[in-house]
Amino acid sequence: MRVGLDIGSTTIKCVVLDEHDQVIYDTYERHGSHITEKAGELLARLAKEQVPGGKAYLAISGSAGMGLADGCGVPFVQEVFATRVAAKRLAPQADVVIELGGEDAKILFLSGGTEVRMNGSCAGGTGAFIDQMATLLKMSPEELNTAASRAEKTYTIASRCGVFAKSDIQPLINQGAAAGDIAASIYQAVVNQTIAGLAQGRPIQGNVLYLGGPLTFNSELRRSFDQTLELTGLCPDHSLHFVAMGAAFYADKEMDLAQVAKAIGSIQQVGEYTSQPPLFANKQEYEDFHARHMRASVPRVPFGADVGPVHIGVDSGSTTVKVAVIDDNANLLFTDYQPNLGNPLPLIREVLLKLYQNHPNLEVASVTSTGYGEELVKHAFRGDFGVVETVAHFTAARHFLPDVDFIIDIGGQDMKCFKIEDGAISDIFLNEACSSGCGSFLQTFAQALGYDVKEFAALGLFADKPVDLGSRCTVFMNSSVKQAQKDGASIQNISAGLSISVVKNAIYKVIRAASPEELGRRIVVQGGTFYNEAVLRAFEKEMGVEVVRPDIAGLMGAFGAALHGRSLVEKGHKSSLLSHQELLEFTQKTQNVQCNGCTNHCQLTVSTFAGGRKLISGNRCEKPVTGKTAENDLNLYAYKQKMLASYKPGPSVRGTIGIPLCLNMYELLPFWHAFFTSLGFAVVTSPVSTRAMYIKGQASIPSDTVCFPAKLAHGHIRALADMGVKTIFYPCMSYNIDEHLGDNHYNCPVVAYYPEVLAVNCPELANVTFINEYVGLHRPKDFKKKMFEILNRYFTGIKRAEVERAADMGYAEYNAHMQRLRDKGAEIIAAARAEGKRIMVLAGRPYHVDPEVNHGIDALLCRHGAAVVTEDSVAWHEEKFPTTVLNQWTYHSRLYAAAKYCTTQKDMDLVQLVSFGCGVDAITTDETREILHEGGKLYTQLKIDEITNLGAVNIRIRSLLAALDEKERKGE
Amino acid sequence: MEPNYPRFTQEMKKTHTILIPNMLPLHFSMLAAALEYDGYHVEVLGNCGSQVAQLGLKYVHNDTCYPALLVIGQFLDALQSGKYDLDHTALLITQTGGGCRASNYIHLLRKALQRAGYGHIPVASLNFSGLEKDSGFQMNLSIGRKAIAAIFYGDLIMALRNQTSPYEVTKGQAKALAEQWVDTICGWFHQNKGFSGGEMKATFPKIAKDFAAIPVVRTPKVKVGIVGEIYVKYSPLGNNNLEEFLASQDCEVNLPGLLGFVDYCISNMGDTVRFYGGSLAEVWGSEALLKYLDGFERAMGKAMREAGFHAPARFLELREMANGIISRGNKMGEGWLLTAEMVELVTTGYENIVCAQPFGCLPNHICGKGMISRIRAIYPNANITPIDYDPSATPVNQENRIKLMISVGKERLEERIAAQAAPVQEPVAGLESKIESIPGVH
Repeated sequence: MRVGLDIGSTTIKCVVLDEHDQVIYDTYERHGSHITEKAGELLARLAKEQVPGGKAYLAISGSAGMGLADGCGVPFVQEVFATRVAAKRLAPQADVVIELGGEDAKILFLSGGTEVRMNGSCAGGTGAFIDQMATLLKMSPEELNTAASRAEKTYTIASRCGVFAKSDIQPLINQGAAAGDIAASIYQAVVNQTIAGLAQGRPIQGNVLYLGGPLTFNSELRRSFDQTLELTGLCPDHSLHFVAMGAAFYADKEMDLAQVAKAIGSIQQVGEYTSQPPLFANKQEYEDFHARHMRASVPRVPFGADVGPVHIGVDSGSTTVKVAVIDDNANLLFTDYQPNLGNPLPLIREVLLKLYQNHPNLEVASVTSTGYGEELVKHAFRGDFGVVETVAHFTAARHFLPDVDFIIDIGGQDMKCFKIEDGAISDIFLNEACSSGCGSFLQTFAQALGYDVKEFAALGLFADKPVDLGSRCTVFMNSSVKQAQKDGASIQNISAGLSISVVKNAIYKVIRAASPEELGRRIVVQGGTFYNEAVLRAFEKEMGVEVVRPDIAGLMGAFGAALHGRSLVEKGHKSSLLSHQELLEFTQKTQNVQCNGCTNHCQLTVSTFAGGRKLISGNRCEKPVTGKTAENDLNLYAYKQKMLASYKPGPSVRGTIGIPLCLNMYELLPFWHAFFTSLGFAVVTSPVSTRAMYIKGQASIPSDTVCFPAKLAHGHIRALADMGVKTIFYPCMSYNIDEHLGDNHYNCPVVAYYPEVLAVNCPELANVTFINEYVGLHRPKDFKKKMFEILNRYFTGIKRAEVERAADMGYAEYNAHMQRLRDKGAEIIAAARAEGKRIMVLAGRPYHVDPEVNHGIDALLCRHGAAVVTEDSVAWHEEKFPTTVLNQWTYHSRLYAAAKYCTTQKDMDLVQLVSFGCGVDAITTDETREILHEGGKLYTQLKIDEITNLGAVNIRIRSLLAALDEKERKGE
Repeated sequence: MEPNYPRFTQEMKKTHTILIPNMLPLHFSMLAAALEYDGYHVEVLGNCGSQVAQLGLKYVHNDTCYPALLVIGQFLDALQSGKYDLDHTALLITQTGGGCRASNYIHLLRKALQRAGYGHIPVASLNFSGLEKDSGFQMNLSIGRKAIAAIFYGDLIMALRNQTSPYEVTKGQAKALAEQWVDTICGWFHQNKGFSGGEMKATFPKIAKDFAAIPVVRTPKVKVGIVGEIYVKYSPLGNNNLEEFLASQDCEVNLPGLLGFVDYCISNMGDTVRFYGGSLAEVWGSEALLKYLDGFERAMGKAMREAGFHAPARFLELREMANGIISRGNKMGEGWLLTAEMVELVTTGYENIVCAQPFGCLPNHICGKGMISRIRAIYPNANITPIDYDPSATPVNQENRIKLMISVGKERLEERIAAQAAPVQEPVAGLESKIESIPGVH
């Protein structure tokens, strides 16, 4: 008899085979990380009930079985390998196996060159991801599947990882998208990730087998795969047990199961893992800590009939809705806090109705809304004011600690931190995608283990050896927890470890502070997550400072909004809030439409309220609202796009050259266009990037952690090939043009060499002459010589003199292009000054001009009344200056110079666009921040990726503008 | 921002202890001996543990590559240990000066020191690119020659140890012999000997013979090569003790030597001129230097072969191996060398490869992960697994992927033993080179 055991990250699977290799017993159960117990139990049971004599050939497989097998002397088989063993035996006709597990995704190519692939460390597409998303939608995994079957359309969701996907799904929920559509989109995201991340260009054809839990249980997921792959895959019998069966087949040693069970039982859970010091040394320390924080309380008075006029603050966040009511003296009368189940309006209506009902003589002086739903709430209920949430939080914090110099807010989804100098916000840090959801992660995790979040947090307070779970993101933390459980960490130590990880993520990744001196000594911490005393303590310990945590930490936004309203109205002011009657009759209709006003294709949400009042949200510009074409006069990004689009193919004497409009071609197109046109080639470019183009090219991306602009290049190559272009020119360039602003003039490794990746990974290049030679424009004389040699390797009859003339034309056009850019920049700056507008240097790289890369952030800035220029239009004002980092990349030298120039211009500020995964920007962001700070400017960074949550960007931009206004007021 | 940091002055040579991060234990102890002879007080850091990465995370931008976090974390951990007189301690860090962000480590280190309250500690740069000219720490001929010798000896000892230890009858002999030889050579360096060309060429066979004398049983084992970003490729701290893990899985490990990287840097100087123009003297100079070093490589290879060991390809051979896959213009980070090393390994029996890189490593998007599909297409037996290293990546995930690679390797090994076939695939000939022949050489 044969026994195979497959212990995965979440489940344990087992099969028993008889002499004819027939399955006589199988099981599939969740192990809740009690691996040794479960495995021991299972084997003991088998010995008793299923295996006469208790002896069988035995092998163990699965990621969690690895250590276990070693510990009890049982042969171990890697799980993908086991799958292959089983597939070869059970389904010899299969060409490809797709297996999704709890944390891993695998593809096995069985025919035509066997190959096995597993997802990288930072990739979703797994069962845990689907579970998480189901939780987010408040569904069970089965319900998710049922919902998906009713889907009418799918949305684009970043499939890169759970954290990113969550950032995409949350706004969809808030916009009222149908649950079925979201569910189907989640499955589609898994499919895209699996195909793009694992197949990496190798086509999936023939007989496809679907294996593993998610594919077995979710028929809709299989259907998504079928549709995308354009085939019908098979989910065979025992699809959950292929790994276990592979292990059973592989087993070559007969063992006594009862003895193995005993050996497993005696594996010492020594609790050996990387740990950190406990949060509290003793009970007394905790008591003192607890007492100290009890002191930061806001005065409350009973909400009687005689309280006089009240101010209402509503904070409609991404996951919760909070309401605070205060009297004229800022005493707290009433609070409300509830999870936002998609649509916040009915919840808020209930609360307001309750206020009207319980307080018949209610005199409302002001209603102020804030948070993601600020506009929606204000319009729906006819509120008086809206305030950007950073300002609301600052207002509230100042109420507790008038000379506060640092505020950190950790909510469910977002983290916000502000530095305060001279009573004004001097720096804002908002988390980027990787830090999202830390707050709610604690909650979901507690729930998954069957605890209430408070209970769970309290467990950690007295943990003796908190586990080090890393701080990269919740996906990594999740897998670290599993490892810790395997290593025998107690639930107490895991709880404490999680709290510490959340804090470390905030401090190291969002705030980037190493010591309290960098933050200031008077710190207010807020946000619901800080109710958790373990988090609070971890923060104090990590920073070595005592902080103030108000007793209404989770309501600070609403409280601040109420305070804000209070400060804006005169005595006797009456709020425009809907009356009791109007509120009773309140209705809301929501419609999701796609705007087709421009290539951004914003997903618009149109809300119609009782009385025909309307609100359009989700737009980046005013076009869908006012019907007017976006105001692009003061937007250099728009001008740049127009300039690049003006390079049309000339006459084709020698043939046609295709140029992919990606990465550095966004800057060098003028050069190469003039160069090849002069030589008699018709130069065609790939079209402007679109989402669809990216999807088409994504299957050939070999590294899923490279930046999005580079990934887009695959789509451009595909587009050119589809256009029938036979020769594509995209050179490698170690060096960029030397603008004498830095110590060297390199391109970053990705910009420099990405053509190499395209050359070997894009299958469509097989029938195309792809010229990706190494050229150096930084040495014009040598360039002519080398380029002449290069061209003669591909074409016949091109003369040296022709190349020289073409190069001259290229340089001339390039210089003219850059000059036009600078001139236009100067023109915009002058016009903005005449109109009294703020000037924003939206600083990135040339390829950030791509609307698919910048997601229309330029238009968003314009919409908020700023003029937008580029870094390369102002950098030339500066001479080379010393920096604390090695200033060796041309694009980044411009960035530093632009930052420096901003510090000399009163009305000019810089916003840095950073592509996710840009390793170089890990260095430039700190330096740019320092340059700006030294010149007394605010630093703002917007991290962008394949998909970007514009709601967060919007808050960021508005916070910046609010902070600038405030600063200006103080200065005057 | 005006750079304002303490310089390493001439006088500090006498008064300060210089701390060196530990990337390659064997090589770096001999390098330390070379510096000691020249009058420096040095110490190669051995501290590790989770606090190293934690300190890195605390003081360095978290999106910076893992090696920077580790190297800087290791320094800070040492400074905090209380073991050193902080007024008489300096740090030494390497700098390549290429287009990769690694050239910025020294600046990130200085920033981190400032933030951690060690702003007064001077940092010296070890580089061959003429960066940091105002430093009191400068390469000289004595150090340079010994450093080169340390690299040769280190590569040789490392290779011999790795080819012996999996098969030795008495476990631990090869390791002990390696340490013994390193001690001997350090002793020579302290006496200013052992590094001349003649001495090296005479010593290579002795070392090889010593290793050959260790009793072994050569049962076939899965042979695994390691390539990757230089720090995580070599440093046990960076790659979660990858070598040890592979050994525990009953594999023979092949870590291509450090000389390849040094030669690669030299070679790139000439190539840069050939691609983009410049002084031909640089081409001739670099080629002459490579030729000179090639002489020792030949001697080393001969010593290895004569003692019955496998000798890796010489650099001048290695240089041609990536032709048709990636251009030699790709010179940032490990660049084309990484690709060439993979080809070299695949074609010399080490077809199972771990391609190790820090999470999000920029050059490896191109020359590592980016080239794997092409290598597989040309050499179907290539069994390459890319592994990302990061402070938050769990070893279980990494080990699981490596085990998959080993399983495939093992299966093939068994098939081969059954078929008694020759294990080596010849390099594919006739791949056209994009590089013209080098002026002044051929």
